Amino acid sequence: MKPAAFDYHAPTTLDEALALLAAYGDEAKILAGGQSLIPAMNFRLAQPAILVDINPVTTLVGIHAEGDGGLRIGTMTRQRTVEHSDLVAARAPLLAETMPHIAHPQIRNRGTFGGSLAHADPASELPAVAVALGMTLRAQSTRGERDIDATDFFQGLFATALEPDEMLIEVLIPALPARTGTAFAEVARRHGDYAMAGAAAVVTLAEDGTIAACKLVYLSIGDAPVESHSAASALLGVIPTDEAIRAAAEAMEQDIDPLGDIHATAAYRRHLAKVLARRTLASAVARARN
Amino acid sequence: MSHEITLTVNGHAHTRTVEARLLLSDFLRHELGLTGTHVGCEHGVCGACTILLDGVPVRSCLTFAVQANGHEIMTVEGLGHDPENLHPLQQSFWESHGLQCGFCTPGFLMTLLPFLQENPDPSEQEIREAISGNLCRCTGYQFIVDAVKLAAQKMGEPQP
Ligand SMILES: Cc1cc2nc3c(=O)[nH]c(=O)nc-3n(C[C@H](O)[C@H](O)[C@H](O)COP(=O)(O)OP(=O)(O)OC[C@H]3O[C@@H](n4cnc5c(N)ncnc54)[C@H](O)[C@@H]3O)c2cc1C
Ligand code: FES
Ligand code: FES
Repeated sequence: MKPAAFDYHAPTTLDEALALLAAYGDEAKILAGGQSLIPAMNFRLAQPAILVDINPVTTLVGIHAEGDGGLRIGTMTRQRTVEHSDLVAARAPLLAETMPHIAHPQIRNRGTFGGSLAHADPASELPAVAVALGMTLRAQSTRGERDIDATDFFQGLFATALEPDEMLIEVLIPALPARTGTAFAEVARRHGDYAMAGAAAVVTLAEDGTIAACKLVYLSIGDAPVESHSAASALLGVIPTDEAIRAAAEAMEQDIDPLGDIHATAAYRRHLAKVLARRTLASAVARARN
Repeated sequence: MSHEITLTVNGHAHTRTVEARLLLSDFLRHELGLTGTHVGCEHGVCGACTILLDGVPVRSCLTFAVQANGHEIMTVEGLGHDPENLHPLQQSFWESHGLQCGFCTPGFLMTLLPFLQENPDPSEQEIREAISGNLCRCTGYQFIVDAVKLAAQKMGEPQP
């Protein structure tokens, strides 16, 4: 099918783009990589009256090393650029490990880092990783700028904390503490498909080898990223043996209430969640020890 | 709302006035008559519409023609034109039976051209991942993988 008619604006500066959003409010939609918005428009699931194409705003592109060992990534940085960045591989290995799981190379060539976060698809990898790494999402409008924690940003199915006149402009990724290991895994029917379930784990060890901090976050398990606090508390202060990890995966079960759909039943998702907990926690621990 | 756009396709500049909602795939097919770019699904899944935008493979069904203003496009028509002058990649598809009905072929070729340029000696696993975003309902993929291996060989040889 073909998209319905719309008015097209292609501002070249952030100020112009924000002024357009302020003027048109929820009549307007931002066009980033278009890899989720254009399919929705082709099927007329979305019929925005106005598109604000931010591809020409070049200041929104870039991966920057921050002084504290963290990273700052502009919203319009293509997913493929993040995937191939040495800086990302060195400072946020979890992100580098995750990127190839997003769609196909042709989609990642166009799809943007920030667009995936703003779209807030519960089956998307990046929202879960944003929560696992404690990213900060920076939004701007003509009213000013504000920083939103990833945990507060994702509010449900395709819903975020952004107001209609706000744009996600960049994302801050904190440095990983010493003795920290990370891991990502997902199960999809075909490489590049949306996953039936996926998990990201971040584990920090204390000097005595016990677990000092732990995060386990799922995609495709709920209507937003789902963090298992029970798995984390089961592991805190203990030596992460195989049995301890298995116990944490059992404890995790009380935190999830997956739905069934055409891709996987609720019971199968529950099973996957347990397997993914064990796999990601075990490899995060192994990497933290190295 | 209409917009005047100028873009380069296979080395030739074209200027047209288009509606903002015109997809790049439809622009190439209906405005320029370049029907080698195929349209299967119009939601990014099949890969038949893959073209090169400034040298990188993208879905032309998930890009508006206005967005290509000032950019450089290459379509399958930019490869070899006739059976005597096929690009080594096309020649390899022919020799290895990498196509049956041919509907998916332009998308595979435009995906694989930059892939082989960046990765001249790919492993079978790398080849299978590279084509994971392109669907073929005829071949079962095995002969396509064979074609890519042959093409890697041909493209590695010095050209006459
Ligand atoms: C075949 C196919 C398979 C895919 N598989 C996966 C997959 O496995 N995993 C996955 O995560 N994704 C997948 N995707 C989606 C892809 O990753 C998209 O690129 C991504 O979800 C959206 O990013 P975009 O830049 O294309 O945004 P767009 O499509 O341009 O925009 C998406 C939404 O976000 C809004 N938006 C965009 N940028 C901003 C901003 N800066 N501020 C505020 N709002 C903004 C837009 O207004 C729109 O509502 C797939 C897509 C396709 C077509
Ligand atoms: S027509 Fe574009 S991906 Fe199928
Ligand atoms: S040859 Fe028929 S779809 Fe691939």
